[in-house]
Amino acid sequence: MSVPRILLNGVPRELSGVPPMMTLLDWLRGPAGLTGTKEGCAEGDCGACTVVAERLKPDGKIERSAINACLTMIGQVDGLGIRTVEGLAAADGVLHPVQAAFVASGGTQCGFCTPGFVMAAYAFAVGGEPPEPARIHDALAGNLCRCTGYRSIVEAIARVSPLPRDPMPEAATRIAPLARASAAEFAAPGQRFDVPRSLAEALALRAQFPSALLLAGGTDLGLLVSRERAMIPHVIYLGRVAELTTIEDGADVLTVGAAVTYTAALDVLVRYYPALERYLVRLGSRQIRNMGTIGGNLGTASPIGDFLPVLLALDARIKLVSAERGVREVKVGEFFTGYRRNALAADELIAAAVLPKLGPDSVFFVDKVSKRYDQDISALCAAYHLRMRDGAMHEVRLAFGGMAATPKRALRAEQALEGRAANDDSFADAVAATAEEFAPIGDWRASAAYRTAASANLLRRLQLRLTSPTVPIELDQL
Amino acid sequence: MTAVLKPRGSFRTGVGAALTHDSAGKHVSGTATYIDDMPEASGTLHAALVLSPLAHGTLRGIDAETALAQPGVVAILRAGDIPGVNDAGPIEPNEPLFAEAAVEYVGHPVAAIIAETLDAARSAAKLVKLDIAPLDPILSVEDAVARNSLLCPPMIVSRGDAAAALARAPHRISHRLRVGGQEHFYLEGQVALAVPGEDGDMAVYSSTQNPSEAQHIVARLLGVELNRVTCIVRRLGGGFGGKESNSSAVAGIAALAAWRTRRPVKLRLPRVTDMVMTGKRHGYLIDYTIGFDDDGRILALEATLASNGGNTLDHTAAVMGRALCHIDNAYWIPDVRAVGLCCKTNTVSNTAFRGYGSPQASLALEDAIDRMACVLGKPADALRELNFYGGEGRDVTPYGQKVADNLIARCVAQAKANSEWQRRRSEIDAFNASSKVLKRGLAVFPVKFGISFNAAHLNQAGAFVNIYSDGSIRLNHGGTEMGQGLFTKVAQVVAEVFQVDLDRISLAATSTGEVPNTSPTAASTGSDLNGWAAYEAASTLKRRMIEFTTEKFGVPPEQVDFRDNHVHIGGPASNHILEFGELAKLCWLGRVSLSATGFYRTPDLHWNRETMKGSPFFYFSFGASVAEVAVDTLTGEMRALRADLVQDCGRSLNPAIDVGQIEGAFVQGLGWLTNEELWWDKEGRLRTVGPSTYKIPGSRDVPPIFNARILEDAPARVATIFRSKGVGEPPLLLAIAVWSAIRDAIGSLASHQLPVDLDAPATPERILMAIGDLQERMAKA
Repeated sequence: MSVPRILLNGVPRELSGVPPMMTLLDWLRGPAGLTGTKEGCAEGDCGACTVVAERLKPDGKIERSAINACLTMIGQVDGLGIRTVEGLAAADGVLHPVQAAFVASGGTQCGFCTPGFVMAAYAFAVGGEPPEPARIHDALAGNLCRCTGYRSIVEAIARVSPLPRDPMPEAATRIAPLARASAAEFAAPGQRFDVPRSLAEALALRAQFPSALLLAGGTDLGLLVSRERAMIPHVIYLGRVAELTTIEDGADVLTVGAAVTYTAALDVLVRYYPALERYLVRLGSRQIRNMGTIGGNLGTASPIGDFLPVLLALDARIKLVSAERGVREVKVGEFFTGYRRNALAADELIAAAVLPKLGPDSVFFVDKVSKRYDQDISALCAAYHLRMRDGAMHEVRLAFGGMAATPKRALRAEQALEGRAANDDSFADAVAATAEEFAPIGDWRASAAYRTAASANLLRRLQLRLTSPTVPIELDQL
Repeated sequence: MTAVLKPRGSFRTGVGAALTHDSAGKHVSGTATYIDDMPEASGTLHAALVLSPLAHGTLRGIDAETALAQPGVVAILRAGDIPGVNDAGPIEPNEPLFAEAAVEYVGHPVAAIIAETLDAARSAAKLVKLDIAPLDPILSVEDAVARNSLLCPPMIVSRGDAAAALARAPHRISHRLRVGGQEHFYLEGQVALAVPGEDGDMAVYSSTQNPSEAQHIVARLLGVELNRVTCIVRRLGGGFGGKESNSSAVAGIAALAAWRTRRPVKLRLPRVTDMVMTGKRHGYLIDYTIGFDDDGRILALEATLASNGGNTLDHTAAVMGRALCHIDNAYWIPDVRAVGLCCKTNTVSNTAFRGYGSPQASLALEDAIDRMACVLGKPADALRELNFYGGEGRDVTPYGQKVADNLIARCVAQAKANSEWQRRRSEIDAFNASSKVLKRGLAVFPVKFGISFNAAHLNQAGAFVNIYSDGSIRLNHGGTEMGQGLFTKVAQVVAEVFQVDLDRISLAATSTGEVPNTSPTAASTGSDLNGWAAYEAASTLKRRMIEFTTEKFGVPPEQVDFRDNHVHIGGPASNHILEFGELAKLCWLGRVSLSATGFYRTPDLHWNRETMKGSPFFYFSFGASVAEVAVDTLTGEMRALRADLVQDCGRSLNPAIDVGQIEGAFVQGLGWLTNEELWWDKEGRLRTVGPSTYKIPGSRDVPPIFNARILEDAPARVATIFRSKGVGEPPLLLAIAVWSAIRDAIGSLASHQLPVDLDAPATPERILMAIGDLQERMAKA
């Protein structure tokens, strides 16, 4: 049995007696006595609980990423530095430059969201990105403020970023000793939290405890603990398994480990699939992408995961592995078997998603429609891949999310387009076919009628894109 | 009563200075304490609520046996356990705190479980079994109107003979407009901590805008006199009206639990509970007929405003009163008849929300004028200007108050100039001519907003100022700090009186024990009322200090001059200067009272609730906005591209804080009119119950070009505190320009020849459906 160890605001802490499934937020506000970090929603959407996780990178530098303390379990932060709003100002009380910038720009009103904003801004400022408005909005997509109207907050961040020198003492020398060489098992009465470090360890645990819940990033499972206050008896946390956290850049395929976070995969995904650039930054928020994984999205098989249509359109394969039977690959379309159900066997783990790279004749686009641009679950989303040869569309794959109980291809629409030129006739047929093969539900995100109308119009947008219009046809182009 | 702005010296922090919020340094370092951050006294218990899962039913039984058997569970509270009166009605009585015979909405509190830990309380609350026999619910305003299900008799504001004037009018248009409600989404959920004392005393720390009401309701529930209950609040993590009455129920349950267990009890609502259980901005169903002449002059209006009050009255009638008083917004209408129906439905009881009915009502004429523009083939902005209040015989509201000191045209001209209206109007028209998929829209909106509580008795305030013998000052007043910067502004008033630096003044938590019988911090009156009260208290002290100095040093009163943290005695030639603290000490030694209260009541208000006539407002605040949007006609998605706002703040007490109010209110209004959609299922369950499903604006939703300006050189003409004006609510309405701009963008598809039918909020779905509807009508035309 092990005890979680963290570096809290630069000071090593052994969390003995702390239940491993306790949320980081509850621990900070309770036993740790740090009430600066707030609970606004307990579902990872408001950002009031944002803290910064400090990780040692292979080059010895520290990577600082904003995370939602409400969705994070204590077992997940073992070995990390956690920086809270109390840990920014100097010992003599002099405000950190990020904090001072918020004060100077009038970026606080009621102040309840402020600690979360300050921490998101701190991660952004020390991250070294240029303070362009679009990037600042990306960095703030996971933080909600109801008072200021944001202008003053954005101004504060633009003023202070990038921060050439973080006045915070470098914590690298104190994080390094927290690293573990082998698996850890954290326990409390009625709770067990396993942290395997190798695939073999993970598979053995999986085989031994098939009913234990698998935890990749925790943006879904964390909800159960944080918002629903569920007591989960046993978790196997896959975020530290070396084999699951790597990306293999092969000749024809990109293999993304199941526990690779969206943040870690972002650059390489955008490099090979440029259409994903705006799409992926709308997938959750930075806080969510710093935790969430492709494997987690596959595992929950939720119909609303934005990345799943991408996998379908690209004809990706899912690599599954078990201790007993080794590796098998299934096509992503066969992996989803129903609402929140998938083809994973009780002793299997999702090892990776295998994404074919685009060919020279590939056309690949994605769409997301939601009420709010940032950090909103799609009313519908779509990904399209086809090959343009001799003016005709081939191997057409059109995949939609939000249109059925699982992410689903529009097979009849694909057929309607196959081998034809991209013109009004072929797309009129595709639109008609789509309307026939989907019977979407109506809910708070959109009515069935809207989903049907918008999905048809997205096909029209695809047609327009294929004609390379000279005037903007998307709001993002304005 | 007049306050004269003094010339600035080196002294930095008086009235008119653009200072940051007094707690900004604490906000950014996490040291500003909210109620849930207060250290818990040992033995503190936690409460969790049991809510009705049904919209309507007979409550036949509450089975708490299993729940009470859980480890850590201490007690249960139900209606029958209340020692006083089971009534949390804020304005009118008979609004039970816990359901008795019937449950009337999904989320209706039925009981509370009290336990040693929060988790124990919450998990045990889930085990309480309710025996409810379902009854037929009324879930929509339409249904309520059809079944005449009303919370109070219809309210009517009228002038002249609207029916006859409509009959005579050359043109008439009728339309039905649906306007959605809005969740407050204060980032700090509702919370209260009750601490029992001796002799039945109860201290309640409540995140409330309305400490006196929390005190009253706690006392009523406990069956004790008001002097037994003290309500204390240092700050709220946002209120927006959502903690004006709803907070009292939370405080009441915490106090009942503390009374029952004789231990401190905290009740903090999880976000989902908060969103299900507590009231919101009222949704409105507005039917109107407008009559106008060939030039586009409005001649008459008949309107029926039906609001969804939910299951109890709460603030619904008062909100309707303000709505009816703002149906005219900035426009002169000779003959008017506006009827307000406060509908009773089996949904959550809706409540106060920034704007208080005026935003919903103000949409009607914007909708109408856009339609008039289509009929007459004239630009909508020109029709707006043609109908502004102003000129002989065109300056009295339907309820009889004169629109004095009218700044409507000035604000609009300024906003249009700032926005480069003419140039952009033609640019946008050119863009739309060449762009098939994306359409841009531009619109202007004027606002006239009455400042004061419609209920005259609420327009009073008290303050309590102490000076200690070292010259430090403690300021207490009845207003609450919810982020709007009230404490900073009122402290600036006191600093101005004494001509001392602001950091000499400590800002005490609002407490009914220090300043009694206060009004809620609401209706944009916080600094108007409390600023004056604090001014009065500080002036009393200053007068005493001057009298003392006059006597002690034998100088005339006009030779005692407070300036730069000092008191200059004996005229300009004299070198006799005392530091403020030195004089305070001398006063103490001289046995001068250095503690004073101040009181203020707004003059010249009268309102007849029966006839709905009078002058309920001390003054009007004005503003204007110009907004530009782009709409994707394939998906209905929308982007606000630019907004130019001009808001009348009188002579601003603090321009930095006022600009923050303007920007924040606008963005809140933007959310209300665009992405914030409350969605109930067929069983009456709200399904947008957290930020993952209910989408308030994020930073990217703010127009990238966003110019919020205070109208310059516009001191209030009436005797407000230092000629400033309230600013909390009016700028929320400025977002209506965005809604109109969306309609303008959609209308461009039909070359502005056909009206656009767009309800609020303008979600991508409503926009796409409005486009489809317009295209259908174009095809027919």
